[in-house]
Amino acid sequence: MKYLHLAWAGLMRRKTRTVLTILSVLAAFLLFGLLDGVRAAFNAGGTLAGVDRMVVSSRFSIIQPLPESLITRVQATPGVRKLTWANWFGGYYQEPKNQLIIFAVAPGYFDVYQDYGVTASQLDAFKRSRTGVLVGAALANRFGWKVGDKLPVMGSIFPNKATGETTWAFDIVGIYQAPNAKSRALEQQVMLHWKYFDEANAYGSGNVGWIVVQVADPGSSAKVAQAIDALSANSDHETKTQTEQDFNLSFAKQIGDIGLIVTAIIGAVFFTLMLLTGNTMAQAVRERIPELATLKTLGFTDRSVLVLVFLESVLLIVIGGVLGMALASVLTPIVSAASGGMLELPPIGPASWAVGLALMVAVGAIVGVLPALRAMRLRIVDALAGR
Amino acid sequence: MSALVEIRDVSKAYTRGRQSVEVLHHISLDIRQGDFLALMGPSGSGKTTLLNLIGGLDSPTSGSIAVGGRRIDALGGSALAKWRAANVGFIFQFYNLLPMLTAQKNVEVPLLLTKLSAAQRKRNAAIALSLVNLADRAQHKPNELSGGQQQRVAIARAIISDPTLLVCDEPTGDLDRQSAEEVLGLLQLLNREHGKTIIMVTHDPKAAGHASHTLHLEKGTLVEAAI
Repeated sequence: MKYLHLAWAGLMRRKTRTVLTILSVLAAFLLFGLLDGVRAAFNAGGTLAGVDRMVVSSRFSIIQPLPESLITRVQATPGVRKLTWANWFGGYYQEPKNQLIIFAVAPGYFDVYQDYGVTASQLDAFKRSRTGVLVGAALANRFGWKVGDKLPVMGSIFPNKATGETTWAFDIVGIYQAPNAKSRALEQQVMLHWKYFDEANAYGSGNVGWIVVQVADPGSSAKVAQAIDALSANSDHETKTQTEQDFNLSFAKQIGDIGLIVTAIIGAVFFTLMLLTGNTMAQAVRERIPELATLKTLGFTDRSVLVLVFLESVLLIVIGGVLGMALASVLTPIVSAASGGMLELPPIGPASWAVGLALMVAVGAIVGVLPALRAMRLRIVDALAGR
Repeated sequence: MSALVEIRDVSKAYTRGRQSVEVLHHISLDIRQGDFLALMGPSGSGKTTLLNLIGGLDSPTSGSIAVGGRRIDALGGSALAKWRAANVGFIFQFYNLLPMLTAQKNVEVPLLLTKLSAAQRKRNAAIALSLVNLADRAQHKPNELSGGQQQRVAIARAIISDPTLLVCDEPTGDLDRQSAEEVLGLLQLLNREHGKTIIMVTHDPKAAGHASHTLHLEKGTLVEAAI
């Protein structure tokens, strides 16, 4: 570590270049910090232990419906306290760019999901209207909807049995407000009656998209999940009971392998970073050849000079990297809060920091290797003579 | 006095492209401990090459060089580096200080290769800077010092490890007369009061006048041995 000030002095020789390079490294590790949690979330499975709500869906695909008859059997499973169910109903408002998140939900849905903040009067109005929908406040504000408005929706898949077309008309009977910032994403949804959807859609009735189960004892969630999945084992509608997080991730994975996409983005960023910082380090060493030759003259061995250049390279990346990840740690909750819960970035945990630090050292070593070898191989007399 | 540096039949050739150019031809020379030797000669005569060989910066093509009884021509790169750190102080024409370090930190650099603590390194550097009358400039960076002051910092760096031998390549070549006199006076002091053996390459006869002996090189051969 006694060479640290020499490495620092080397970096400070061209302050502007060093600051710009550190900013590039910072940007790369900021991105890494923000995205690594997403990557980890998509690549790692969740655990059922300790969760009180689980989602039962088709084992094969979340777009595969389950029979309505399964509901009563799941309800009877020991350990299940409450359940509800829902179907996805995609559609848009006026123009395809105004895509809506619409769910057809069972009567007890808001008993299980109290996070929506639906009031008793809103729920009462919802129950009394067959074509009624509850919409989130954020969505209502966006489109200027108010209670009593008709809501025409162009459905993505399901045709209306009555018209044969995918145009549906709903009545807005309530606008709910999520009780806290964390569940603000729920305000982007439209909730309609599952019964109405089930009866009115032209693709047949008696199906549910998924069942949401609330367990009596979160400690026994894994066992309850096993028991539920056993109900439909070896049938044509085998189920998979999983955490809500995993279920949501499965939904997102319909777009593609998000984990792979994120990994590819991070990989491209780091490849570019290596080219950039490699060039900076090569330039820095080239400019300091007489200084490195002086160090060798004074008795620094080839190995010491090699270590010094490596140290400088790693220091450059670690400074930028730590700043980037620290900034990511600060920004993660801010971005999540600002998105109103639409974007739930996981906090940067010790695992991400460990991977990040390992990456910093690896990138530093890789970009430092050629300049360090060049410095090590310097012939003193040639370098001092400017040859 | 015994010979500190013993050079025997040393030749040095460089390869430039396909050609081999011999710049030193069968030099034999003894330099006694405590000498202040000036090496003079026209450009390309081989002065700096000989100085580099004596300082262990380069190896002879043939012949042998012993310093303090140790054959340095037989040492490998790492051993030679360690030998230089312990036995030789270098003073260059253009000072070769590290621009981002203060005078004190520059002087401390050779001590990074020792086991001295940071506090000891700092103390020794302060003593060395006092010796060259620059104690008040310890926290200045090279670009905040005059040429003469920079060269004195370089001298402080050269003596910080208490080497037996000081090799100086045109130490006054970039200085005005007054600064040159100060630097040469300092070298004389180190030679006379501290017993350092000094070998100085110079073009300047006035600078050579401060040495106790002068040798002339021409076309790679010693033409005058005044020892």
